Amino acid sequence: MSQSNSSQSNSSQSTSQKIPVTVLTGYLGAGKTTLLNRILSENHGKKYAVIVNEFGEIGIDNDLIIGADEEVFEMNNGCVCCTVRGDLVRILDGLMKRKGKFDAIIVETTGLADPAPVAQTFFVDEDVQKNARLDAVVTVADAKWLADRLKDAPEAKNQIAFADVIVLNKTDLVSKPELAEVEARIRGINPYAKLHRTERCKVALSDVLERGAFDLDRILEIEPDFLEAGDEHDHDHDHHHGQDHDHDHHHHDHGHGLKHYHDEEMQSLSLRSDKPLDPTKFMPWLQDLVASEGQKILRSKGILAFHDDDDRYVFQGVHMMLEGDHQRKWKADEPRQSRLVFIGRELPEQLIRDGFERCIVS
Amino acid sequence: MSAFEPGHQASIASVTDKVRPIAIGAAVTAVHFLGERAAFVGAEESVSFVDGEGEISKVQVTSKIQVHGGGILCAASDGERILMGGDDGKLVSVNAKGEVALLATDAKRRWIDNVALHSDGAFAWSVGKTAYVRGAKGEEKSLEVPSTVGGLAFAPKGLRLAIAHYNGATLWFPNMAATPEFLAWAGSHLAVTFSPDNKFLVTAMHEPAMHGWRLADNRHMRMSGYPGRVRSMSWSVGGRFLATSGADTVIMWPFASKDGPMGKEPAMLAPLQARVSAVACHPKQEILAAGYDDGTILLVRLEDGGELLVRRRGASAVAAVAWNAKGTMLAFADQDGDAGLLAF
Repeated sequence: MSQSNSSQSNSSQSTSQKIPVTVLTGYLGAGKTTLLNRILSENHGKKYAVIVNEFGEIGIDNDLIIGADEEVFEMNNGCVCCTVRGDLVRILDGLMKRKGKFDAIIVETTGLADPAPVAQTFFVDEDVQKNARLDAVVTVADAKWLADRLKDAPEAKNQIAFADVIVLNKTDLVSKPELAEVEARIRGINPYAKLHRTERCKVALSDVLERGAFDLDRILEIEPDFLEAGDEHDHDHDHHHGQDHDHDHHHHDHGHGLKHYHDEEMQSLSLRSDKPLDPTKFMPWLQDLVASEGQKILRSKGILAFHDDDDRYVFQGVHMMLEGDHQRKWKADEPRQSRLVFIGRELPEQLIRDGFERCIVS
Repeated sequence: MSAFEPGHQASIASVTDKVRPIAIGAAVTAVHFLGERAAFVGAEESVSFVDGEGEISKVQVTSKIQVHGGGILCAASDGERILMGGDDGKLVSVNAKGEVALLATDAKRRWIDNVALHSDGAFAWSVGKTAYVRGAKGEEKSLEVPSTVGGLAFAPKGLRLAIAHYNGATLWFPNMAATPEFLAWAGSHLAVTFSPDNKFLVTAMHEPAMHGWRLADNRHMRMSGYPGRVRSMSWSVGGRFLATSGADTVIMWPFASKDGPMGKEPAMLAPLQARVSAVACHPKQEILAAGYDDGTILLVRLEDGGELLVRRRGASAVAAVAWNAKGTMLAFADQDGDAGLLAF
């Protein structure tokens, strides 16, 4: 975006100067490499550094393609889910020597990888944070085989649950009912990701890159993606027409025919309150929750209205790691409503709901 | 804000007017003296030589020599030459005359992540999980460790290489058939260094901490409490202290006794409201040069912490500081390539 002519570097670079990093996941054979090749070959005038696991699969000559080993390191804090990608720390550090030679970084994970350590690297590592920012987790899914993989491959389920953007690929290989079925399965796990149906990963690059999904300033609202198209269950949510609504045409034939699935293992949980929250109760509660249940919670996100506070507070998290900040003033015409979302495995729903209730100012 | 705000500590002596400023014109990641010339290793492609002699005026780079076709990921020097590994998969050396030699090329063009030099002319480098050693006579050996190599260092005696990696360090005698020794400690170990008396091995970890082993009995030394990762380490003359970056003071671990820093507190010198980013101990005297992430450079006397101002802030963090072998010249550079030379 605002690529400043950077003779003035600063240790505390603003978000826009940090290099955006897109994480590309997807189960074996879903079409990750196809999407990657599309991104690299399209005429967009941008240069990407790409971190891949298998050399040679990419048909593009680029001296900024780097092989990685997916070394997942545990942090020395006694928490088994606090893992980072050690190789990524090293590679990003090395890539920063060539700052200015590329506009963005794409990290392709193996088909069996858990996206969490990649994302957590951006929460934990000071040097990574200084130079780069996580843009979005993009998951490529195979329309024909995903439903099967969700049954037998926990990795595939993880990747769907973790995604900010899902590219549902190979839609030409399935019938309409089959497609509706697999979409419902995806929504049963992750109703919040942007979903794009594609053949041969033909998706507008603006739909997968520069999403700002981890940018606290761009947490505008928290609504299931498919509700935006006017789902019948859409009773009372506020329409903030804006940046996030420009691809609704993908969802034109949802609505009445949409099946609802509940995945036994992986779910999302949404909380809301029209009454303000007590920050002295909420903050410790949230921190305790992710400390004790963080292994089950893959992603969390929230927009909060605190008692006696004119600012919106936003937070997001990956497993045990949280970051949050005051975002902006509540607008006069905006209902001061708090909304939280958790996506995770076997979420202790009642425990979370009860805990949240106790943070509401009565 | 800083202790050097005019009026606050006007008493600090300054030699800023004796520094000869140099504009390298590109990001710098390391500086080494080759003879009497300072060689500034760029973040990419080239090494810039600057003559140590001359007037105190804006000096120009004497020569700029292309050494790599991309980023320079690591550099080490023995005072005779600098070895550098690049993201072009090449290991290259440059000597005091500016002569460049290609020492090794990775067949798959993988990154050369680390390099180390031995006093007898042997050198080591690493690619991914594999460490390579080439002896003074040209014979080459390699060893694969369990995870990507984080750092390499030769022991001061014998041909022995320390290889830092995830969950510990491996000690390897490349010329011996014996199984390499493994020193375990959970976490990711990066830079590694032997104490000059060969009694201790110390690593800087990915987390903001250092770890040490006493080599006689492999007893552990935990050196933690840093606010940031330790990126620069330097042994004081005779190896009495290990000076480290990573905090808003220079953290000095005592190594003079047989127990090293075990059970001891480190000395903390030259506090500033900025983080130390580079340290270099004087080769003959108990003095060190410390660079900070606000661009400041101080000379610090170890005995009493007395300070001398070399540079008052800059546009970016100090990337490297180095002394020449005699200790008569100091060179420094910040990340943007604003550099300087100071002769005593």
